[in-house]
Amino acid sequence: MRGNPESHELIGAPNLSAVLAQLSAAPGQWTPIAGGTELMVAHAAGRLNAPKLISLWGLSELNFVRIADNAISIGGGATFGQIRKNAVIETDFPLLSKAASWIGSIANQSRATIAGNIVNGSPAADAPPALLVYDAEIELISARGARRLPYADFHLGYKRSVLQPDELVLALHLPRRFSTHRQYLRKVGTRKAMAITKAALAATAIVEDGVIAEIRLAAASVAERPVRLFATEASLIGKRINASTIQSARDALLSEVRPIDDIRSTAQYRKQVAANLLEEFIHELSPEPSLA
Amino acid sequence: MLTPNPQDFLETMSDSPTHRPQTRIVGTPQIRKEGVDKVLGRAKYIDDLPGEGAHEGMWHGATVRSAIPRGRIRAIHFNPRIPWSEFVIVSATDIPGENHIAMIGADQPCLVSEQVNHCDEPILLLAHPDKRRLPEAVAAIRIEYDPLPAVLSIEASETLQEIVWGNDNIFKQFHLEKGNVDEVWASAAHIVEGEYSTGAQEHLYIENNGMIAEYSEETGITVWGSLQCPYYVHKSLMSVFALPADQVRVIQVETGGAFGGKEDYPSIIASHAGLLAMKAKRPIKIVYDRTEDLAATTKRHPSRTRHRTAVDGNGKLLAMEIDIALDGGAYATLSSTVLSRATLHATGPYVCPNVRISSKAWATSTVPCGAFRGFGAPQSIFAIERHMDKIALALSITPDEIRRRNFLHTGDTTATEQRMNEPIILDTLLERALKESDYHAKRKLFAGQNSRSPVKRGLGLAAFYHGAGFTGSGERYLNSLAGIDVPANNKVRVLVANTEFGQGTHTILCQIAAESLNLSYDDVEVAPCDTNVVPNSGPTVASRTSMVVGRLIERSGHQLVSMLRERASLPETYSAPEFFAACDRYRNRQGKVESLCRYEAPPNIYWDDKQYRGEAYPTFAWAVYVAEVAFDSVTYSAEVTNLYAVQEVGRVLNPTLAAGQIEGGVAQAIGYALYEKVLLNNGHMVNNQMTNYIMPTAADVPPIHVFFEEIPFAYGAYGAKGIGELPHDGPAPAILNAIQDATGHSFTAIPLLPEDIFLRFLAPTPNEEPVAQ
Amino acid sequence: MSLIPLTVNGRPTQVAAPPMKRLLDVLREDLGLTGAKEGCGEGECGSCSIRMNGELVNSCLVPILQADGASIQTVEGLAIDAELHPLQKAFLECGGAQCGICTPGMLMAATHLLESNPRPTLDQIREGLAGNLCRCTGFVKIFDSVAAAAAMGGNLKYAR
Repeated sequence: MRGNPESHELIGAPNLSAVLAQLSAAPGQWTPIAGGTELMVAHAAGRLNAPKLISLWGLSELNFVRIADNAISIGGGATFGQIRKNAVIETDFPLLSKAASWIGSIANQSRATIAGNIVNGSPAADAPPALLVYDAEIELISARGARRLPYADFHLGYKRSVLQPDELVLALHLPRRFSTHRQYLRKVGTRKAMAITKAALAATAIVEDGVIAEIRLAAASVAERPVRLFATEASLIGKRINASTIQSARDALLSEVRPIDDIRSTAQYRKQVAANLLEEFIHELSPEPSLA
Repeated sequence: MLTPNPQDFLETMSDSPTHRPQTRIVGTPQIRKEGVDKVLGRAKYIDDLPGEGAHEGMWHGATVRSAIPRGRIRAIHFNPRIPWSEFVIVSATDIPGENHIAMIGADQPCLVSEQVNHCDEPILLLAHPDKRRLPEAVAAIRIEYDPLPAVLSIEASETLQEIVWGNDNIFKQFHLEKGNVDEVWASAAHIVEGEYSTGAQEHLYIENNGMIAEYSEETGITVWGSLQCPYYVHKSLMSVFALPADQVRVIQVETGGAFGGKEDYPSIIASHAGLLAMKAKRPIKIVYDRTEDLAATTKRHPSRTRHRTAVDGNGKLLAMEIDIALDGGAYATLSSTVLSRATLHATGPYVCPNVRISSKAWATSTVPCGAFRGFGAPQSIFAIERHMDKIALALSITPDEIRRRNFLHTGDTTATEQRMNEPIILDTLLERALKESDYHAKRKLFAGQNSRSPVKRGLGLAAFYHGAGFTGSGERYLNSLAGIDVPANNKVRVLVANTEFGQGTHTILCQIAAESLNLSYDDVEVAPCDTNVVPNSGPTVASRTSMVVGRLIERSGHQLVSMLRERASLPETYSAPEFFAACDRYRNRQGKVESLCRYEAPPNIYWDDKQYRGEAYPTFAWAVYVAEVAFDSVTYSAEVTNLYAVQEVGRVLNPTLAAGQIEGGVAQAIGYALYEKVLLNNGHMVNNQMTNYIMPTAADVPPIHVFFEEIPFAYGAYGAKGIGELPHDGPAPAILNAIQDATGHSFTAIPLLPEDIFLRFLAPTPNEEPVAQ
Repeated sequence: MSLIPLTVNGRPTQVAAPPMKRLLDVLREDLGLTGAKEGCGEGECGSCSIRMNGELVNSCLVPILQADGASIQTVEGLAIDAELHPLQKAFLECGGAQCGICTPGMLMAATHLLESNPRPTLDQIREGLAGNLCRCTGFVKIFDSVAAAAAMGGNLKYAR
C-alpha cells in the first residue's frame, strides 16, 4: 500500500445538489469518487493525484433504473451488479447485461458504477461498446443545469471527454427499439474472468431477406477511445451477406481501427481479432450455412 | 535392509485390500491439523501480527531499490522535504558481519555497497513508526548511478561481450556422457533436432513476503516470518550478524503459500528486518506489497534446451545430445542445484544407451532466479516431451507408441548409469491415462470435426518422472535430525523444522506419528517451528518432507515405543491413557520424553558428484498426463478443457492432501504454459501487478482428473515418495502437444499466448514438418 | 479524522479514522479483525473480500467514509460460537483450504453465492468465485467444498 490516507481529503454530501454546488464552487479541485474501483487502485499504487475527493456513493439521485415505454434511463451511480440484476435491461439490452457481467468480479460489480466506467475513459472499458450500438444518450449535470448528447459524442480522445470539471454523469438513456435487432457482444481478454479487454466488438443489426438493413458496430481497445466503426458499417449497409461482403467489411475494419501495442497485447493481434469478431457476427446473421 | 525384490512390490501393488499394508491413520483423509484456524480466519500470518502486547514499540521497514540493471552508485541524495531525523536508515556499512546472503555460495550481497547488478536490488533500508510515511520517503531518495552495460538474456550472456559474474558468466556447468554419442549419428535411421524454451514464472503466493525482527545485545536476533526453511534463514543471519548459532532464533509463522519462492528469499528480508531492528533498537516489521514482491523476488529460471536425437527405424532412441541453458539472474543463489535437476531430468523416462548432456547456468543482469516447484525439471521435461512428439511425427508413429517403445523398465539404466531397481509401471500409467481420457476415440472424433469448426480440439501426452528428495548425496549432507517428544500435557509433539505452507506437512507428520505410536490423530500436534525448539530436519523443499522427514518421524515413533517398553513398563498393547502414563513415568525418571532419529541413507545409493554418475535419486515418482485443449481460431487462444493426471507416487499418505497437491500443481503448470509471462523492460518487471501478471481464475481451470497408483518405497515413510513437485512437470508439454494435435502447428516456447499463436497463422513457418534425415 | 459508525458481524461500533483509510485496514488495524487479507491492493485477488450491506465487496477498494452506517460481515462472524458454518465444515472435510490465505475471502464469496443461489451449478460456483484467486488448490476442492455445503442444506444464511 503506497498511498497515504492522511494525504487526501474525502468528503461526503447529503444530496446531489450539495455535491454539484461543491464542484461548482471549486471546479477541478474535487475529484468525484463513486465505487472506487479505479481511484482506490491508484491510491494503493501511490499514484492518486487527487488531494480532495468527494464521494458520490449512495446518492439516490444517481442510483436508479427508470423504465419508460420508449426508453430506459440508468443512473450514473447504478452499479454493474444492479444493472445485471435488472430484468428489463436483460431483455431489452442484453449486450449491456452481458458487459456488466464481465466487469472484474462479483465484488467489483457491486461497487463499479456505469458512470465511473465511462468517465475513467479507458478505451478498454466494458460498457461503452454496448452503449454505442444501442444509440445511448448521455445526460450530464452540473449546478448550471443538465444537458443531453449522443453518447457517441462524449469521448473526444484518450482519456478526454466533453465532461466539464463541474459536471457529473447523471444518466444514460437507451431507446427501447433494439429488441428485434440481431445482437452480438464478444470480449477477448487475457483470461475468462477478471480480464482487461484486448479487443471487444458489440453489434446490433437488422437483416431483411439476406440484406443488412441496419447495422451498428462498436469496439473497445482498437482506438484511443471507445468507438463506433462508421466506415465499417458503411461497407455493410444495404449489402447482401456473402463472402465478398464479409471480405470488404473486414478490410474496412482493418483500415478503420488503430489499436496499439501495450503491456497486454499487440496492435496486429487486436486488428486481426477485431476483424475475426466481425466476421463471426456476420456469419451469425447469415441464413446461409455454406458461409461457415 | 535388503534391496527390495521388485516382484514383491508388484504383488503389493494390486488393488486388493489384502495386499495393502494395513494402517489405521496413514492413508486416510484426516482433517488438516491447522484447518479449523484457517476456516475461522483465526490463523495468524505475519502481517496479522503483532497480537496484543507483542513486539512493543514496533516500527515498520521499507527498502530502497535500484532503478537500473547494472552500474556503480555515484551518489545518494535525500530530499530535504522529508524529516529524515524521524527515520532510521540502514546501508551496507551497518552490517556487523558479512555483507552476503549465505546460500550455496555467498556472492549475493545483503545490501548493495558499490555496484548494482540487477534492477530492484536492495540498497538502503528505512524504518519509521508510521508505515504510511515510508513510500513517500523511499520515493524521496534519489540515487545517481554510473551505468554499466547490462546483460539481459542467455544469448547476450553467452557472447561473453560483457562479463557480469566470475570469469565467464557461468554459475555452474555439467557435462554428462554415457556410452558414445558420436559413433551413432552416421548410421542412425533418423536424426531429429529441436529447440525449446521456457520463460520465467512467478510463484504468486497470495501472501507476500514478510518478516518481523527483534534484536538485543543479550539474546541476539530473533525473526518471525513467512518462510519455508528456518535453518536456511538461521545460517544466513549468523553470517550477516556475526553471531553464534545460539544467538540467532528463527520462527516460522503461518505461511500463505510458498512454492519455492520462500526457500531462499526469506534470508534476505529477514536480514533486512534484523539490520533495522538492530539500528533502531526496536522490533521491525517489513511486509512487501504485491508490486514490490513481484518485481524484486525470485522467479523460475528461464531455459533454452536443444535436442539432437538419433532413432532407429522403429523409433527406438539410439543417442541423445542435449544442450541446456538456464538464466540464473545476477547471483548464483540456487542455480547450481536447479541446473543439476534439469540435467538429470533431461532425457525423460526413457532408455537411451548413448547420452551427452551439456548444461550451463548463465548470469544475467536480472533479478536472481530461485527455487520454484519442479526446480529445473519442468524446463527439461517441457523440452523432451515436446521433442518426443516431434520424433513421433517424423517417423509417423503415434505419440503413445513412441513412448511405449522407449520407456524405462526395471533393470534399465538412466543417463547417469543408475540402474532402476524399483518397479516402474509407465506402461500401466500410459494405458490408464489413455483410457481415462478416452484419448484415441476423442482424437479421432476431433480430427473429424476440426475442419468444420472454428474451435479446434486436440489431445496431447506427457510422460515423466520426478526424482524424489535431494539429488545424490544431498540428504547425507543435510544429515537431518527429527523426532517427537511428549511434554506433560498428554500430547505427542512432532519436532521438525519443516514448515506447513498449505501442502499438508503438519497433517501428514501427525498422521505418521500417530500411526507409529498406535495412538489417534488427535493425540498428536506439531511443535512450534522455532529453531530454539526443533532440530534441523532440513529444508521443506525437493518433495522430501513426507518421504524423508516422515520416515524419521516413523522411526522416532517406533523408537519411543521401544524406549517406553524398556524403561517405563509400557504394555504390549496399550490405550492412549496408558501410553501417556508410561510417558509420565519415563519423564519422572529421565527428565523428558524425547525420541529423535537421524537420517539414514537407503542402501546402494551411491552418487559421484565429480563424475556426475550413479544413483541420482533414491526413488522416483512416475506420471503420464493427458491434456485436452480447445483452440479458438477466432481469438487464437487455447484453453485446457480437461487434464488427466495419472501418477505413481508411492504410498498415498492422505488422499485429500495428495489430490490437492496434484490439482494445485496442474493449475500452476497450466499458468506456466498458457498465461503467465514475466515482462521485463531493461531488466525490470513491468507487469508487476496482479491485473497484468495473469494466473488462471476459477473460471479458467479445467476439470482436473487425478488418479493414483501406489508402489510403496521401502525407505519412505510408510512407503511414501515425494509428490509436491511432480504435477508441475508434465502439463506444459502435454498442452503444447495437444495444441499441435488440434491445429497442426508446432510451438516450442512457453508461455504460449494467443498473440504468439496468431503470428504463426499470419506467417506459417515453411517447414512445419519436423526435419528427419 | 472522522468518526464512522458501522455494524460489524452484528455488533454496532464506531471507528475514528481518516475518511480515505481503506475498510480493509480499518478492519485489520482498528478492529483487530485480521481475517480479511491484503493480497494485491488492486481488487484482483479477492483475499480482502467481505460483505457490506449484503453485497460482496473488495474491502481494499472501499474508503471508510463510504462504509458509514454499513452492516459489515467478515469471516470472523461466520461461525456461531463453537458451531462452524456449513461452508467452514465443508472446506475442512473436502480440503478446500491449503495455505489458508485465500480462505476467508473465498468463504465470504461462497457465503454470498449460496445465500442467493442455494443450489448452484458448477458454472455458477466458478463464476461466484472467479474474483477470488487461489494459488494452492487449483480450485478443484474449493468447488467441491461449496457444492458439499450446498448439499448439506441447513441454514446457510449469515446469522449475524
